[in-house]
Amino acid sequence: MGFLHELKGLLGDRVLTKEAELAPYESDALTAYRKRPLAVVLPERKEEVVEVVRLCHRHGVPFVARGSGTSLSGGSLPVEGGIVLALNRMNRILRLDPKARIAVVEPGVVNLEVSRQAAPFGLLYAPDPSSQPVSTLGGNVAFNSGGAHCLKYGMTANHVLGLEVVTPTGEVVRLGGEGLEGVGPDLHGFFVGTEGLLGVALEITLRLLPRPEAYHTLLAAYDSLERAGEAVSLVIRAGLLPGAMEIMDRLSIEAAEKAVKAGYPQAEALLIVELEGPKEEVAEEARVLHGVIQESGAYEVRVARSEAERQAIWKGRKAAFSAVGRLSPDYIVQDGVVPRSRLGEALREIQRLSQVYGLRVANVFHAGDGNLHPLVLYDGKRPGELERAEELAGEILRLCVRLGGSLTGEHGIGVEKKAYMPEMFAPEDLLAMERVKAALDPKGLANRGKVLPEEVHA
Amino acid sequence: MLRPTTPQEVQEAVLTHPRLRPRGAGTKPALSSPKEGEALLDLSGLRGILEYEPEEFVFTAWAGTPIQEIEETLRAHGQYLPFDPPLLGKGATLGGTVAAGLSGPMRHRYGGVRDFILGVRFVDGEGRLVRGGGKVVKNAAGFPFHRLMVGSLGAFGVVVELSFKVFPRPRATKTLRVALGGLEEALATLERLRLLPLDLLALDLLPPATLEARLGGFPESVKERLEKLRGLLGGGEVLEEDEGHWQGVRDLAFLEGSPILAKVPAGLSRIPLLERLPLGPRRYLDGGEVLYVGLEEEGREALKEAGIPHLVLMGAEEPLFPKPHDAFFRSVKEALDPMGRFPLR
Repeated sequence: MGFLHELKGLLGDRVLTKEAELAPYESDALTAYRKRPLAVVLPERKEEVVEVVRLCHRHGVPFVARGSGTSLSGGSLPVEGGIVLALNRMNRILRLDPKARIAVVEPGVVNLEVSRQAAPFGLLYAPDPSSQPVSTLGGNVAFNSGGAHCLKYGMTANHVLGLEVVTPTGEVVRLGGEGLEGVGPDLHGFFVGTEGLLGVALEITLRLLPRPEAYHTLLAAYDSLERAGEAVSLVIRAGLLPGAMEIMDRLSIEAAEKAVKAGYPQAEALLIVELEGPKEEVAEEARVLHGVIQESGAYEVRVARSEAERQAIWKGRKAAFSAVGRLSPDYIVQDGVVPRSRLGEALREIQRLSQVYGLRVANVFHAGDGNLHPLVLYDGKRPGELERAEELAGEILRLCVRLGGSLTGEHGIGVEKKAYMPEMFAPEDLLAMERVKAALDPKGLANRGKVLPEEVHA
Repeated sequence: MLRPTTPQEVQEAVLTHPRLRPRGAGTKPALSSPKEGEALLDLSGLRGILEYEPEEFVFTAWAGTPIQEIEETLRAHGQYLPFDPPLLGKGATLGGTVAAGLSGPMRHRYGGVRDFILGVRFVDGEGRLVRGGGKVVKNAAGFPFHRLMVGSLGAFGVVVELSFKVFPRPRATKTLRVALGGLEEALATLERLRLLPLDLLALDLLPPATLEARLGGFPESVKERLEKLRGLLGGGEVLEEDEGHWQGVRDLAFLEGSPILAKVPAGLSRIPLLERLPLGPRRYLDGGEVLYVGLEEEGREALKEAGIPHLVLMGAEEPLFPKPHDAFFRSVKEALDPMGRFPLR
């Protein structure tokens, strides 16, 4: 019996093969890449995912698991001749246990939904990628998603306590458990961030945290990007640990203003700092913070006096990405990380590269953890401009690695950055990844063509 | 005995010995005592901090570095290891702490060793020096081999170098101890406290019914929050000696004299079952999440019979129950240690 025939035997009309049905799955948020899959399947239960994976293994058909398709690195780009496992229908929160402070969810549950359901118990799910109103936990797990609070609270891996996974050969395994502590190797921690190369998560157990009692959110305007960066260092040197520190440059401030009228002051750079915790502690920290910001040369400082004012400060920041998109027909978002103390150096160099390449670069970034998000603006209709933009983006990645940082803070390697892996990792490191991949997926079916560069052995 | 002082010497040792048993300071002898046919690989010669930028909240050190040495360096810059590694007073090393997967009472505030490890260099079973993760606080590039090492007992390779995230140290700390009516009341109180945004540094249960809650922060804030907490709990005594008391807890001083020392993942719903078993001296850390316990042979058998996973640190031949055997573990083991040179073969 043929593969497609058997697939339809398993899932009936939840197997899509018509051209018009496949089109929405050809690409994710990295729209420069497109591929037509053989079929898209829409499982509703984990048993169906397992059956499909086993069938793929038997027939040697590659598969890509996908949630809402928000990957910015092409992580859910289909493989030609392969299938897409679209998991959005598996969107049940199976259990929310306030006593254990955990939520057990299916992979198609949207990130923000967990915090929404946990709110009545005074709990939240901490990782907050900008995509959180849309992106799913299966994808968050695969890519170890981050957000604005990673310095203090870590990334997705730190909030995943257990996983049920189907391996690429179709075996179902339970990794980790339901508590904060386990014994034996941290296999669930290892699975998070492997970008779907080692299997598909069927069930995810998440750690929930108490919602902070109080916030103190401040916006400071600077006449240069470097001054804003220096202010971040001063905050850290003062012994503070803010929940979030974000910087926007002039281009992104203007874009955010146009898009959502956040009411930001005119500035070369804006710094947002948010403290959070018990109100007595936040009050003391705020006193220190204000002293530091005074010293840092900010020419305008605003403090949110209400939840509405706090939301207003965040509104522009959260809209910045899509807003910058409006400044230009096309853009590439990068996601490199540099040690925090080298932010100024990195930003200067990015500005220089921007001039050399004759392309505008907007900067919005998580300053607290050194995670840059330069947006390289270009016009794909102008011949050669995409190539120039990609080259510039590549230079920025190399810069991050050279300064002791990383190719990606939260978007993952995907297809987009795999060619740069040898810049960050030695052949032995990549070989170890390849060997693990080959042991778990001897036929190379799970998310083929992602993360690992083609020529490791060279 | 092999005592390498460079990663290259570790590579040589791995390639020339069919079976090895890595050891840091030997504070967890059930994990680090060589079995028949195993060569002891003493890592205490790989010692010292390699990089530390206080402003980055990151340091990198050799795996054999004593935690004590790291704590002292961090303290001089107003920082600390928030996962509060245990047994530091006994000489525990960074590598041994990672391989055992151990965290102390203050893990309650920001998380355990798995939440602070950023990067690793290790020698795999074929003598290759492999790096995973990085030296920055946020990083999603490549397979996270650093997290794989946590609790691994050295199964996948010999860890030679580690990078960690650190945080500013609380300026002041105070501890409230309160005795409640019985286990049931103590568990109900823990459940209530766990849902509140109190930002406690530590929250321990000393069964059957005593709780210890540690607060940290600015001195004024700690004072006010302590009063609030006292109100919540209907009283309690403030410990005179705060730092010293918790140092003792970290060193597992309350288990001294027990023939077997174990760590048992617990959780509020499992505690009633655990409390019915013949266990020795013990303390539940992190709001009841993890138990450190002293046992006689009878207690260990009881844990096994009840099917409760645990890790013996001292006093047993086979430290880990149950031994991992799932397809995922076996594949990763096969990939990194195909000859079965390391533990958990």
